Amino acid sequence: MLFRDPDFKYGLKKGIPIALGYIPVAFTFGLLAVSGGIPPSIAVLISLTNLTSAGQFAGTKLIIAGVPLFEIALTTFVINIRYLLMSFALSQKLVPNTSLLKRALISFGITDEIFALAALEKEDTSFSFIMGLLCLPYWGWALGTALGAVICSVLPELVQNAMGIALYAMFIALVVPGSKKSRAVLAVVAIAVTISSLFTWAPWLEQVSAGWSTIIATLAACLAGAIFFPREEV
Amino acid sequence: MYRILTAVLLMALVTYIPRALPMTFFKKRLTSRFIRSFLYYVPYAALGAMTFPAILYSTGDLTSALFGMVVALVLAFYEKGLLIVALSAIAAVFLSQILL
Repeated sequence: MLFRDPDFKYGLKKGIPIALGYIPVAFTFGLLAVSGGIPPSIAVLISLTNLTSAGQFAGTKLIIAGVPLFEIALTTFVINIRYLLMSFALSQKLVPNTSLLKRALISFGITDEIFALAALEKEDTSFSFIMGLLCLPYWGWALGTALGAVICSVLPELVQNAMGIALYAMFIALVVPGSKKSRAVLAVVAIAVTISSLFTWAPWLEQVSAGWSTIIATLAACLAGAIFFPREEV
Repeated sequence: MYRILTAVLLMALVTYIPRALPMTFFKKRLTSRFIRSFLYYVPYAALGAMTFPAILYSTGDLTSALFGMVVALVLAFYEKGLLIVALSAIAAVFLSQILL
């Protein structure tokens, strides 16, 4: 029974901070969608079926702008290309012999944050663990969207601005301890950050979209890591 | 309305497909040391690339974002939990917006 599995409970607990971090971000999404003329029910439906931040923000803005469907799908896809890598990494960390159906189910929950927590676990991750991990963030994402869509009044600007940093701060909390313990990890992070900075600020390169920038920076940094710092225990 | 629902369905598909393809395709463990090393670094590289420099633009002004980032870095260095780091960064941004 899934709900009694200790792995599930452990996952639930690990998912609490992610769920709390999702609520303000989803709130902003609900607000954006409804103020652009999308019904609150559809805003919640988007969160329940997409469960992603950057992709659904961009997609919804394009829906509101009346952009053709093909372009909406393409833009959203490019933003989501990074999930290919995350899914690949998790596929190799999953307890062996996890069934196809279970794999297909947990795939739905691979967000940046859920991926990060699962990938940084010491042990192999089980189906139950990931189900537990994605449970609260999933409902937090939907709840935040509903609140933003229904309350539909802007939080005080200062509060809203301050909340914007929450998920990034969590990323920092996830990356720094590993970088402290391993020079290889630190080097990989430094390469990734340098490349993504180039894609943000360097002339010409700045034209590359955020979706491509993330995937190129990640690929290059991991390649460098695998070439220069191959791991012993594999 | 029909257009919106179609768009939502398409968005859901193009979000699910990249998440599901590798996960369902690579059912066997790959034994290549190169690939396993590569994948080990993926979370660190991806989070690093997504965080910086995007974090600098996450609060509406550079100064408060820098404050928040430094607070997060220091607390993360001392291995505080996710919530503590996030809440402290939010507080730092908030305070610097009020005070500066």
